[in-house]
Amino acid sequence: MNDTSRARKVYAIERGTVIDHIPSPMALKVVQILGVQKQGILTVGMNFPSKRLGVKDIVKVENLILSSQATDRIALVAPTATINIIEGGQVVEKRPIHLPAEFKGLLRCPNPRCISNAEKVTTWFLREGAGADMAVRCVYCERVYQNPAELVV
Amino acid sequence: MDMKGRSIVSIRDFTHEEIASIVAKALEVKAGKWPQAMRGKVLATLFFEPSTRTRLSFEAAMVSMGGQVIGFADPNVSSAKKGESLADTIRTVTGYVDVIAMRHPLEGAARLASQVASVPVINAGDGANQHPTQTCLDLVTIHEEFGRLDGLTVGMLGDLKHGRTVHSLAQALSHFRSRLVLISPPSLRMPDHLKLELEAAGCAFEEVPTLESVPCKLDVLYVTRIQKERFADFQEYERVACAYRLNRETLAGACSQARIMHPLPRVDEIAEELDGTPNAIYFRQAHNGIPTRQALLGLVTGAIR
Repeated sequence: MNDTSRARKVYAIERGTVIDHIPSPMALKVVQILGVQKQGILTVGMNFPSKRLGVKDIVKVENLILSSQATDRIALVAPTATINIIEGGQVVEKRPIHLPAEFKGLLRCPNPRCISNAEKVTTWFLREGAGADMAVRCVYCERVYQNPAELVV
Repeated sequence: MDMKGRSIVSIRDFTHEEIASIVAKALEVKAGKWPQAMRGKVLATLFFEPSTRTRLSFEAAMVSMGGQVIGFADPNVSSAKKGESLADTIRTVTGYVDVIAMRHPLEGAARLASQVASVPVINAGDGANQHPTQTCLDLVTIHEEFGRLDGLTVGMLGDLKHGRTVHSLAQALSHFRSRLVLISPPSLRMPDHLKLELEAAGCAFEEVPTLESVPCKLDVLYVTRIQKERFADFQEYERVACAYRLNRETLAGACSQARIMHPLPRVDEIAEELDGTPNAIYFRQAHNGIPTRQALLGLVTGAIR
């Protein structure tokens, strides 16, 4: 697929945030985590061929410039993603995802005996390790989970 | 070290120096250095789950240092019964007292309480998670016996999978270059995430299936109860529980000189014939709950420095 044919599939935007290199099929999860479902025009493309990932998803959010703090929240489901900030049809900033040291309000503790499932509490997890060995620890019940992406609400 | 205003939620929150300092203060309290230190102070004991031993120990600790106690021992008499959230209960009580000791059946309840309270919260047990004052009194007892915490060989026997006391004690001992010998049936081994933590802390440990296979002389043998409800098959429970029962015969060999500890209550995992031996220090351990909790109450309220 060349640039022209791709442009017909996912059209270029004048201003906004493009999240590229999302591992398929996590695009909808990314939209959900970013909370941009009702923030103007949203383009979601899935299963594009990718040299790096084999297949990838792309999300374009028009007229919304997302901060690093906002986009880093997708680190658990799309660690390979790249963020492109578009102004006047040009990429003015390109940045990777940074893995945050903690996640607040993003994950749900699967422990039914955890207080975070009984009270109105903003869930809070600390990251332990990185890469394949990454785990998260619930600040409340202190349990460790090796599969943090599965805990995303 | 100033611990005024600090909550005691999890042993994980404390450094080597802080743990050593808490133990030193508890021994000072036991030696009579801080009489009446809590005069004019009020403790709330909020027990959302019954626990006679721990609650009485907190209350005795407070009263014998001149302080006063309010609270409840039965959640049915608290406003939780009316549907009040834990956070709101804590926000209210925090205005009445200088310090809160709380037991709750849900894990993480003490952490949440410490986040919303304006006075220190001492965790008196949050479900299967933490019971840090028990760990502190265990350490006080070990220090009292050996004059140090560093470099001891500690065996842990029984249900190492579910027992929160052994989890917290292992975490605490990992600060003190201890060698741990984990003695349990395969189905009740210490969870992997805790073993990873011990490894990360550089704590030497080994797992063995029986007392007979303990490879080295133990300074301490910490015994925990194997609970019947952990087994689907009663016969299997009987077989396992019997194999981990401590008596004169099974205490021979590597464990013969070991000081025996137990968080109590004991059922039949330690034979009564051992009670009078120099090995048995479990009742002294239980009594150390008072000076240990006095030291913690004093430290977090600023009455002991």
